[in-house]
Amino acid sequence: MALVDRASVSAAQSSPSGIWIDKVPTYYWVIGLIMLFMPVIANDFWLFQVFGWTFILGMIALSLMFLAGYGGMVSLIQMSVAAVGGYMVAIFGTSGITDLSLGLPWWLYVPIAIIVAMIFGTIVGALAVRTEGIYTIMITLAIAAAFFYFARQNYHIFNGYTGFNLVVPPQLFGVDWRQPMPFYYLTLAFALLSYFVVVYVSRTPFGLALQGVRDNPRRMAALGFNVTAHRVLAYTFASVIAAVGGILLVWQNAQISPGTAGIPAVIDILVIAVIGGIRKPIGPFIGAFIYVLLRTFSPDVLTAFGMSGERFKTLIGLGFLVLVFFSPDGVLGLWERWQNRRKRDPLMGSGETPGDRDVGGRNV
Amino acid sequence: MSDTSVAERLSATGTASALELRGVSRYFGALAALEDITMTVEPGERRAVLGSNGAGKTTLFNCITGDFLPSSGSIRLFGEDVTVFPAHERIRRGLRRTYQISLLFGGLTVLDNIYLACRGVSRGRFSLIRPRRNDALVSAAEELCEAVHLISARDTLVSELSYGQQRQLEIALALAGAPRFILFDEPAAGLSPAERRELIDILTNLPEHMGYIIIEHDMDVALRVAESVTMMHNGRIFKEGKPAEIEEDPEVQELYLGGGH
Repeated sequence: MALVDRASVSAAQSSPSGIWIDKVPTYYWVIGLIMLFMPVIANDFWLFQVFGWTFILGMIALSLMFLAGYGGMVSLIQMSVAAVGGYMVAIFGTSGITDLSLGLPWWLYVPIAIIVAMIFGTIVGALAVRTEGIYTIMITLAIAAAFFYFARQNYHIFNGYTGFNLVVPPQLFGVDWRQPMPFYYLTLAFALLSYFVVVYVSRTPFGLALQGVRDNPRRMAALGFNVTAHRVLAYTFASVIAAVGGILLVWQNAQISPGTAGIPAVIDILVIAVIGGIRKPIGPFIGAFIYVLLRTFSPDVLTAFGMSGERFKTLIGLGFLVLVFFSPDGVLGLWERWQNRRKRDPLMGSGETPGDRDVGGRNV
Repeated sequence: MSDTSVAERLSATGTASALELRGVSRYFGALAALEDITMTVEPGERRAVLGSNGAGKTTLFNCITGDFLPSSGSIRLFGEDVTVFPAHERIRRGLRRTYQISLLFGGLTVLDNIYLACRGVSRGRFSLIRPRRNDALVSAAEELCEAVHLISARDTLVSELSYGQQRQLEIALALAGAPRFILFDEPAAGLSPAERRELIDILTNLPEHMGYIIIEHDMDVALRVAESVTMMHNGRIFKEGKPAEIEEDPEVQELYLGGGH
């Protein structure tokens, strides 16, 4: 991947309207069409529960992927940032707790929710970026735990243990966005948007510099970059994506309570990102899909085998262990290794082509 | 950002030395890695720093770039006191350095590495807009890529480069964005004789206003690219002079050839 796509030069000369359409690979079209026409084949449960939830968890995990994959910072705060976004929607918008909710219109409470979550994420980032590796994980986990207990014990703002119920999306354009099909398209649109924004930003000066910071912070300083500022702003950027995911999550559940950002939920985001693959923006969505499938259907499978349906976490845990053991890069890593093996020339033995280079041989 | 105005900085630039160290010391616990270093380098001057392992050469570089602060003393860069400035502020004032062990961005391509170096000393470091095809900094990065003979490897991941190519890239990063003064930390270490000749070419062909300090164990390289020499020993400056004087000096010979033992 060069800074400037050489192939696009010739495309630009041939037809001005086909500049970017020509560059889109076939599988993008296939996946795009499947996603677009999913409501034709899938029932309401799949649209709302499976895909809606996949897109939401995928976005929150994507914000972690941005920090971990490009910035080298494994943050466990992303679910809490999402929950802050969700809580703000409940607090500034309308909910069943009329004493606490302010009842502002959506065009006010949505930006407020995103900005508050952004500020929260930035402050956590400012605290966390002075640490490295395991200590970043520890400090963000500690703040996530603190947020959970704070929300559970604070009745004046967060309504304590019960949280908020009846939090629903606005009836914009006369559509009830909580109906399965509208909600499917709503979450799909924001998932796609956040995915392409992350892909785009990864090649901007900010994104490239973040990857430079990941590979070698000391050298980045010796090139004139303010490493600390870059890391903190990465948290700010990731917080926006997490906040949008959190808002959609509270709309899907129609409620939010401290458990939304409890320690299990916080860890699940890390599990999702690692299962999918933390190196590329598509990984978190793959991970979220696998997680949601396991979470949704493993109780049925377990009961069929005469085990308690509550043991689905064992299944997820075992799956996680097996996957990390065989492929630290998640499902994406497995897929890429399989592709490399297929491409390998039986005589020369080398399976590498320029396209695969994004993945292999990274010295983290 | 510093409090000094642009005008003050500009006026200081015209007259001041490129680098001025006054009584710089650096202690690691009880160990004095640098002790009372006083040294002035004029703009455009090319100086070699020699000395055995542990003489404090790299520590000196680390203090000048701001990788860590000196325990005492002051550092002036083109007349401006930068003693407590973080590294990136010094770099933005025209200082550059290379590292003894290459510090590169292994997960990015060669061109992206050089592009980052160009971007680091210009505006838009936090830009969320992708560079256009005719972006000035992309062209600058491509030119630099060509200058250090890496244009054929421009889209290769840096972690896949050979050792020699990584050393060349190391130099390219230091040359990005109109440097005024460069610190080279053993650029020739581990290079083949042919690569050494290429390195000497690159160094001697730098524009005249671009001064540098080079740490080099290979006397042949050091004395060919430097017009003055500073000998260091046990964290102190031991001798300063022209290459010829240093070479002839009996004390230096004793130190370097181990005659005293």
